[in-house]
Amino acid sequence: MSRISVRNLWMEYPGQIVLERINLEVAPGEFCVLIGPSGCGKTTFLRLLLSMEVPTRGEILLDGERLPAEPGPDRGVVFQRYSVFPHLTVIQNVILGLEFAGSRMLGKLYGAARRRAIEDADQVIEAVGLNASRDKYPAQLSGGMQQRLAIAQALIRKPKLLLLDEPFGALDPGTKHQMHDLIIRLWQEQQITIFMVTHDLKEGFTLATRVLTFDKVRTDPDAPGAYGATITFDLPLERRPSDGSR
Amino acid sequence: MSRRLINRRPDRGGRIAWGAFPFIVAIVAYFVFSALRLADNPNDKLLPGLASFGAAIHRMAFAQDVRTGEILLWMDTLASLRRLAMGLAVATVLGLIFGIATGVIPYVQAGLSPFIAVLSMVPPMAILPILFIVFGLDELSKVVLIVVGITPFLIRDLAMRVGDMPGELLIKAQTLGASTWQIILRVVLPQITPRLADAIRLSLGPAWLFLISAEAIAATDGLGYRIFLMRRYLAMDVILPYVAWITLLAFLMDWVLRLFNRRFFPWLKNEGS
Ligand SMILES: Nc1ncnc2c1ncn2[C@@H]1O[C@H](COP(=O)(O)OP(=O)(O)OP(=O)(O)O)[C@@H](O)[C@H]1O
Ligand SMILES: [Mg+2]
Repeated sequence: MSRISVRNLWMEYPGQIVLERINLEVAPGEFCVLIGPSGCGKTTFLRLLLSMEVPTRGEILLDGERLPAEPGPDRGVVFQRYSVFPHLTVIQNVILGLEFAGSRMLGKLYGAARRRAIEDADQVIEAVGLNASRDKYPAQLSGGMQQRLAIAQALIRKPKLLLLDEPFGALDPGTKHQMHDLIIRLWQEQQITIFMVTHDLKEGFTLATRVLTFDKVRTDPDAPGAYGATITFDLPLERRPSDGSR
Repeated sequence: MSRRLINRRPDRGGRIAWGAFPFIVAIVAYFVFSALRLADNPNDKLLPGLASFGAAIHRMAFAQDVRTGEILLWMDTLASLRRLAMGLAVATVLGLIFGIATGVIPYVQAGLSPFIAVLSMVPPMAILPILFIVFGLDELSKVVLIVVGITPFLIRDLAMRVGDMPGELLIKAQTLGASTWQIILRVVLPQITPRLADAIRLSLGPAWLFLISAEAIAATDGLGYRIFLMRRYLAMDVILPYVAWITLLAFLMDWVLRLFNRRFFPWLKNEGS
């Protein structure tokens, strides 16, 4: 069964159609990269997958069920900015997801439960290579480290879906490269399904098992909002999760 | 080549000297004019000299009052600070609860924010008579005046600060499985507490204003009461030290709150890098 099914999805804002006739089936474990011109609705599509918006028409199914009406731990997200909590240290940011799950009233774990959560969190922090900065605040981290923290934080609840909106857009080429290795490794280990928006074509083709391009097929020069973007190309790349090494 | 004025900064010693300068000017000017008037008329009460200040301060701050057996300055300070502390405490709790609720929960926002917007436009001094009628002339009405005076500001300021938080953080918390309550407790509250301290700092001025006004109108002790009592005797030698004392207290409160922020929110100082 598909992890994600999108059925004839339309998204309109007042006076403007952003997305139209989107149909998509995505199998579990796929790494989909979304590319397309600025303003064509890629972020909007991620927001729909995250239930931050409701489609005007059509529906999205997650494992065959209607998508829940609000964001939840089944779908993790990394934004380009503001993805981590500035008032918490690295370790506190990562265990937060476990604390929400383990303590309904206080949202904070103590004693043995806390020690177990910290053990789990330390593994993820190790995986993204932040052990040396475990007790620092986000403002004391570089941009790349902050994004690694955001990824670690998003993975701790083991989401089925990971949504990344230009997560490496602000990073230098070297750091970007490290982040690619990291995300590929985590994706293979955890068997998650990833949707990632990028403007970097090369990045897209390095990472993806499937590249989706968004664009308008019809335009009316007198009414720029009359038609929306749709998926113009859907390119499966010949690469299995197991041979992700390049 | 000489630099532009906007690029020239005083060093540490220079900053202290420049900062002290207006104070020195004001003090010197005062005593010059005081000396001039006293030379004219030794009984002048408007600008008393050092000697009368010394005597007045001794009388108010170090000697027992013959009638009550109390040291008046301490009695007044204690009474005023109690009212101020109670007013600020109640206003802070209300501001925090309603500010966060309006900022986070759309239904509370829809229900409350127009009401609070209107409420905050009511001049608190205009309803002071109502407070006296409803709560009587003693402590309660003074505390309520402070609460009424600054709570709407605190609520609106905190609600706005919550609104300023990046929406991404609230979405992120939801993707980590947080409930509304957990979001308030673990995300909103800790990020808003330093803003709360700042909001209280800004409210200190109005809070003192309301306190002194209420004390001036109906009280039997308190710093504001004393100042307005002394006005009848033109006792500038008492009024001026009282004003200086109030200013010092207000300044210290502001300073403590600023220290509180620096001490307890280490993540703040690196923010916005
Ligand atoms: N809340 C909103 N209300 C009205 N219009 C919106 C809203 N959000 C987005 N839009 C419009 O939807 C269109 C798509 O925006 P979106 O942010 O999805 O683009 P994008 O593909 O992510 O672009 P970029 O690559 O620049 O990030 C834009 O034309 C934008 O003006
Ligand atoms: Mg975008």
